[in-house]
Amino acid sequence: MGIRERLSGNEAVAYALKQINPDVMGAFPITPSTEIPQYFSQYVANGEVDTAFIPVESEHSALSACIGAEAAGARAVTATSSCGLALMWELLYVAASSRLPITLACVNRALSGPININNDHSDSMGARDSGWLQLYAETNQEAYDNMLQAMRIAEHPDVQLPVMVCQDGFITSHAIENIELVETDAVRAFAGQYRPEHSLLGPEPMSVGPYDVPAYYMEHKRHQAQGMINAKRVILDVAREFERMTGRGYGLIETCRMEDAECALVLIGSSAGTAKAAVERLRAAGKRVGLVKIRAFRPFPAEELAAALQNCGAVAVMDKCAGFSAAGGPLFAEVCAALYGAAPRPLLVSYTYGLGGRDVTVDSMERVFGELEETLRTGAAAEPCRWLDVRG
Amino acid sequence: MSYSLKEELAKPERLSGGHRMCAGCGSPIAVRTVLRAVKPEDRAVVCCATGCLEVSTFLYPYTAWKDSFIHSAFENAGATISGVETAYASLKKQGKVKENCKFIAFGGDGGTYDIGFQSLSGALERGHDMVYVCYDNEAYMNTGIQRSSSTPHFADATTSPAGRVVPGKTQEKKDLTRIVAEHHIPYVAQTTFLGNFRDISEKAERAIYTPGPAFLNVMAPCPRGWRYPSEELMEITRLAVETCVWPLFEVIEGRWVLNYQPKNKLPVEEYLKRQGRFKHMFAPGNEWMIETCQKEVDRRWERLCAACNA
Repeated sequence: MGIRERLSGNEAVAYALKQINPDVMGAFPITPSTEIPQYFSQYVANGEVDTAFIPVESEHSALSACIGAEAAGARAVTATSSCGLALMWELLYVAASSRLPITLACVNRALSGPININNDHSDSMGARDSGWLQLYAETNQEAYDNMLQAMRIAEHPDVQLPVMVCQDGFITSHAIENIELVETDAVRAFAGQYRPEHSLLGPEPMSVGPYDVPAYYMEHKRHQAQGMINAKRVILDVAREFERMTGRGYGLIETCRMEDAECALVLIGSSAGTAKAAVERLRAAGKRVGLVKIRAFRPFPAEELAAALQNCGAVAVMDKCAGFSAAGGPLFAEVCAALYGAAPRPLLVSYTYGLGGRDVTVDSMERVFGELEETLRTGAAAEPCRWLDVRG
Repeated sequence: MSYSLKEELAKPERLSGGHRMCAGCGSPIAVRTVLRAVKPEDRAVVCCATGCLEVSTFLYPYTAWKDSFIHSAFENAGATISGVETAYASLKKQGKVKENCKFIAFGGDGGTYDIGFQSLSGALERGHDMVYVCYDNEAYMNTGIQRSSSTPHFADATTSPAGRVVPGKTQEKKDLTRIVAEHHIPYVAQTTFLGNFRDISEKAERAIYTPGPAFLNVMAPCPRGWRYPSEELMEITRLAVETCVWPLFEVIEGRWVLNYQPKNKLPVEEYLKRQGRFKHMFAPGNEWMIETCQKEVDRRWERLCAACNA
């Protein structure tokens, strides 16, 4: 039976970790993820978990310690945001290429500079090609549910890759929402324990992190790529099992009123809630509009997006990350690529929005739909790369 | 218990031969000696910072390490081994691991004095049960003899070259062993290869079997970077000790102990003149460099003797 509670996103994630009871947490505080190790170290201090907490002196050391711990056969977790994730950069690749399924609670925040503590996705978007799985949450409930599923996906023998469980800084991390928790016994039965085939402390010695020569490096990268390919199936398998336990279903993407939509938005994270409100309002006014929310950005759900969007007339792809490619944000580029082979395919427009905590309202979303309608009417996107709600 | 080099060498090797380190390099000698101090019945997990040692001993699909081994990056050996050690503590407490295991990290001076210093300092402060061994060859040898904060004053390195107007490295060597001792960890020692290896062997054993963090700083010469004939390794380290350039000492629970006092402290030239990296110091007109060097060696030696009440 579920337990009804009211929790912030950070507390929900910390509570999920407490229920899972991992072996090691190494973390360093950074706004807005600080509360996660803070709540968790209180659980440690109270003897409510078996986890050993490593109060490292930097995020670089946080991930380094998690790499050491996971390689030793422990289930290791960390939490960070923004510059903390940036400081981990080098080790993100090391963790993924060493096939260590570490779990990272990422509370998305703008990257410096200028320094800004509020939400956007520039931190985890920058890490999109580091080899980590990335799950994003719209609500506190999703942040909690994604955390409960994360380790099962990451540790699956066909995947063996680290996972970021992302939520929007302050918007969900600090806002309190009603939430339904799973009973701890059920969580532990579901999450199980990390039992790698080999580990530093296993019966046979193991060596991790070799110098890899050209004769082997590329094969190792190919194997790593296969883990990410396999992850799509595993995410769905774990979601089905999770749904049997909780009644809450998850996919790689979530669609809202897409069945006959002419105009649609594609976005990630908490803004989906705002966009859904705009969709409902416009539907009530007779507009054929819809929304696709991406839950798994890595692996990228290219086929699923193409199937969901190909019958639309015009689609706005919304990036909470500037990208600086001079050709739209990273999500835009990948959605374009996903739809390239589709026939028919919609007109695509890039919107950069919500940077550094810029508020996004239902009216903003309605404005985007209005512009899409105009694009559809004229048959071409005059300006394919737009910035939403920005002065000058 | 009496020390016998013969008995030491009869112990099984934990770093096998056939690796790709240069002849005359001090680093694998430091590793083999330290690992011989792990009791044969105990397991060890070894961690390496990126460097010559790592890239020359573990090239996929081969490894020279008989124990479990992890390398993750250049600047994080302290943090990485602290994660392994914490995992061990957690899994052991939960009954998931039974055996005794020791945790030993190796880093060169680049990975220890410089880029990995923060990670090391953090791990020492947190009190993990581990040994960090710096094999100090006084420059970034893996990338081609660039200066480090451990490179001695005036040494000719590829980013502190001796030129027409700049006389090699213009800064003094960082005193890392002292800095580590100021972390007030249970055991800190400075050592190198001398005579029958008693000094380094006993320090390694003490470091490994002292609960909590321990640190060994091992002078480990590099024939390529220091420019000496590889067969002279033991003579170089002997002269480093006899001139007091590299004194042997330990800090046991905060108590400073001088392990060796030369009967006749040799002038620093005796050490410098054997190495190509100091050659320019012997050119006419550069006598001041040797005088400056001697003065600093004397100052540090006196300070050490005072700390040790020697």
